[in-house]
Amino acid sequence: MTTSERSTNYRVIGTRPVRPDGVEKVTGKAQYGADVRLPGLLHGRILRSPHAHARIVAIDTSEAEKVPGVFAVVTHRDFPAARDVVQELGESSVNAMELSDNILASKKALYRGHAVAAVAATSPHIAEEALSKIRVEYQVLPTVLDVRDAMREDAPLLNETRFTKELGGARSEKPSNIASHIRFQGGNADDAIAGADVVIEREYRTKMVHQGYIEPHNATASWNADGTVTIWTSTQGAFSVRGQVAEILRHPISSIRVIPMEIGGGFGGKLPIYLDPVAALLSKKSGRPVKVLMSRTDVFEGSGPTSGTWIKIKLGVKDGKIAGVKAELAYEAGAYPGSPVGAGSMTMLAPYAIDNFQVDGYDVCLNKPKVAAYRAPGSPAAAFALEQALDEAARAIGADPLQFRLDNSAREGVRMVTGAPLAKVGHEECVQAILDSPHYKSPIEGPYRGRGVASGYWFNGGMQSSVTAAVNPDGTVNLIEGSTDIGGSRASLSMQLAETLGIRYEDVHATVVDTDSVGHNDVTGGSRTTFASGLAVYEAGMDIRRQMRERAAREWNVPADQVEYEDGRITWSDGAGNSRETSFAEQARTAPQKGGPIVGKASLSARGVGGAYGTHLVDVEVDPDTGKVTILRYTAAQDVGTAIHPSYVEGQIQGAVAQGVGWALNEEYYFDDNGRMLNASFLDYRMPTTLDLPMIDTILVEVPNPGHPYGVRGVGEVPIVPPLAAVANAIADATGKRFTELPISPRRLVEELHGLA
Amino acid sequence: MESFEYLAPRTLAEAFAALGNGKRSLMLAGGTDVIVQLRENRRSCDQLIDLKHIPELMAVDIRADGGLDIGAAVPLAELYGNRDIARRWPGLVDAASIIGGRAIQSRASFGGNLCNASPAADSSPSLMAHGAVLTIASAGGTRTVPVDEFFAGPGRSVLQPGEVLLRVSIPPQPARSAVFYHRFIPRNEMDIAVASAGVRLVLDESGDRIASARVALGAVAATPIMVPAAAEAVVGQAPVADTFAKAGEAASAAAQPITDMRGSAAQRKHLVSVLTVRAFEHALQRIREGR
Repeated sequence: MTTSERSTNYRVIGTRPVRPDGVEKVTGKAQYGADVRLPGLLHGRILRSPHAHARIVAIDTSEAEKVPGVFAVVTHRDFPAARDVVQELGESSVNAMELSDNILASKKALYRGHAVAAVAATSPHIAEEALSKIRVEYQVLPTVLDVRDAMREDAPLLNETRFTKELGGARSEKPSNIASHIRFQGGNADDAIAGADVVIEREYRTKMVHQGYIEPHNATASWNADGTVTIWTSTQGAFSVRGQVAEILRHPISSIRVIPMEIGGGFGGKLPIYLDPVAALLSKKSGRPVKVLMSRTDVFEGSGPTSGTWIKIKLGVKDGKIAGVKAELAYEAGAYPGSPVGAGSMTMLAPYAIDNFQVDGYDVCLNKPKVAAYRAPGSPAAAFALEQALDEAARAIGADPLQFRLDNSAREGVRMVTGAPLAKVGHEECVQAILDSPHYKSPIEGPYRGRGVASGYWFNGGMQSSVTAAVNPDGTVNLIEGSTDIGGSRASLSMQLAETLGIRYEDVHATVVDTDSVGHNDVTGGSRTTFASGLAVYEAGMDIRRQMRERAAREWNVPADQVEYEDGRITWSDGAGNSRETSFAEQARTAPQKGGPIVGKASLSARGVGGAYGTHLVDVEVDPDTGKVTILRYTAAQDVGTAIHPSYVEGQIQGAVAQGVGWALNEEYYFDDNGRMLNASFLDYRMPTTLDLPMIDTILVEVPNPGHPYGVRGVGEVPIVPPLAAVANAIADATGKRFTELPISPRRLVEELHGLA
Repeated sequence: MESFEYLAPRTLAEAFAALGNGKRSLMLAGGTDVIVQLRENRRSCDQLIDLKHIPELMAVDIRADGGLDIGAAVPLAELYGNRDIARRWPGLVDAASIIGGRAIQSRASFGGNLCNASPAADSSPSLMAHGAVLTIASAGGTRTVPVDEFFAGPGRSVLQPGEVLLRVSIPPQPARSAVFYHRFIPRNEMDIAVASAGVRLVLDESGDRIASARVALGAVAATPIMVPAAAEAVVGQAPVADTFAKAGEAASAAAQPITDMRGSAAQRKHLVSVLTVRAFEHALQRIREGR
């Protein structure tokens, strides 16, 4: 279902054509990183720390190097000294020293699965045999695995030289695992809460979870004789890989070419790099191309999941309005600083107009993998906490939970906790869409059945994009772009170009090319690609239109500014009966004779980003004997700006809801006391399957983004924000018990409902 | 994974010869466990002996006496795909149809599932409820072992070096009886049992009383276990909720589960009671519906 505020009628936008990469993918021909095969290719494997916290006393690789078939062994000693500089990765940033240390540990292994050495050999079997002959002497240290424990003064320190960055740029007196403390403050939260009719005070916890992309990380590198390096890899941003590898290896950026392969999912987890510099060094040492693949266990233990969290909320309501909120958020950063606690702190209150607030965030290091971005990073856990507190508050005052949200909703002009005023946004429209939905109007009846709602917000991103659009003589256009296509962007970009030029979608051929073949593109992340690369595509299309109008004007000997371009027709009229007409197809066909090739180009740093809201509604049934939760019905309303390709927008929403439901019900990193993840496989890391979810209904609420010619807002991330809280609220409604800790697994439910814990 | 040799003997004699050649052997009756274990370096071998080309291990025989012989390497999909088997032994299909997905079921076998000896294996409680008997062969001859006595611990069975599990035999089932097996998993498919229960319910001639019962539980001890106390609790009683509840209590009392990533001990003790009660209810329904 779609509700739309837009006035324009589009020809291509809003239709549902087949994606250009679809046939290759369903026939198995699409080339992924693991498919790379080169003459003389060696197979690289990584040795990982069996300890969650240990000093690396010595590494002896001599026996491994003697194994026949082994061509190279590398450790951190082979990396150049890294610089203490920060690189932006789109939705996260990384310090080069810490990135280098995470890719191959230097002095300490900081989590189980931390890479310590790598081998390249003629077969994977030989490489694994060689790994078993590397002798690492560890001095095992006490581990800290809980975010609250890690904040204690007596906690084992991951880094003895790290101090807390306190408020106002101050530094803590003693070293600490708390990397930073941030605060957002407005009005007077204490006074507002003190004067409230109803106060809800709760603590919430969520567990470390993984994005669960199907394709494991991979990298193939060839260090060429002339010092250039070619890397084939699965990434959300080829240019970002190039930049990170250049920094880690201190190699000129212009000497590195990154070829992005098809990607089997990322969700933020393929923004950082893990294997690429290792493959490159192994190739440099061996003189042969080297391919390194992760196993699923490597992915769980050695890539970047998202933070487990502890959140405390105190919320006061007076006269049906949220009077004030105090919140503390502590997010696990993993082995190095960089949790998304900042984003969590900034998004938590964003759906509402709240004058009095104090939000404190803590970025906390502990002996778990360094977290990476995961779809609206930081926001789902924050919403899990706030939206449950709101649910309790609404119940306490006898208000309908949706009406309560509507009465307190943010809207254009309301200031976020950062002080920035909101542009035109669609939260109220989302809540209203759910209020009006057949689902909400249907009854929810029966024992142990319940209904829950929740809202969420995500900023979305802009950043840099470059595209080239080359017009072919047959009236088609080759769209050369550099944004990893992770969610149908070849289609959504082609559609915007077709719309701009007034040609058919089928006549645009989009290709994602390597870093030597197009201008800089930032990562596919932050829900930015259809928006920002779409903006570049629009401008490249306008560039083609301008060139065609100018050619026509020259030919007709009329001023170019009197020549119109509309729906692929190029026309001039003097209003006195004289007129001329040509077309895009005609200009394309005659270009060789009339001035040569027509190529549209655009490079930009996108402004005008439109944030996105979603409101979700879910019905559940709980089996009180087994604790199993069945999702009976799910409806997600979302402000999508303009849905370029509605099917792919719906797919983004449905996929995010599936991940959110998994996060709510079953997914968690389950560690033993020594920091070993016991469920590092898809058997025991329980993501939902298609049999665990009903059809997820979507309501596309179109409140066009004024910052984009077609009103595009990012759509891929915000739909993972509400599900955790919506499901928890529904379970509370079904059971009469409030679950403040994730996952709300059968174990937790049955133990609580039967008093077993 | 280290490299190993792959052998595919065509006869039992060839298999025994290979087993006796002094190399470290593992057997493959489907490979859905052993290949994964090799790949994850949880097991290693010099040679992997594929049993799927030996006729005796791939045979299915519905016996004239009403029993059923299943070759140890027969794929699960072949069992539930056989209409006679599906109709007459629904309690086997309960297990065969939930081990992995369709692709796994086209390779995996009861024999492999038993020899892998996971306490959580789905085939075990079902076969134990049926009173299945295993035939084990070696170069020196054959012997039989009731499936209840096959397991020695997690990943361990009474199978000795040089021995091959030949077939699983289901004896003729009593009149007015039915077997039902199910498990609890947090998801709806593609999961491993947190706890499981297989029961056989036998009614007397009147149909009003329970003549006998067998109760087997999975994932609540180091091996799948029989719970005679749960059976004794229902014999001679009417097949009603109160009776089944007593069996559930006995099952819970017999369970000695651990806490791990799949569930807690308290949860499992609770679950086997629920699963036992529900299994009896489903078995009773099968009898009543003449299945």
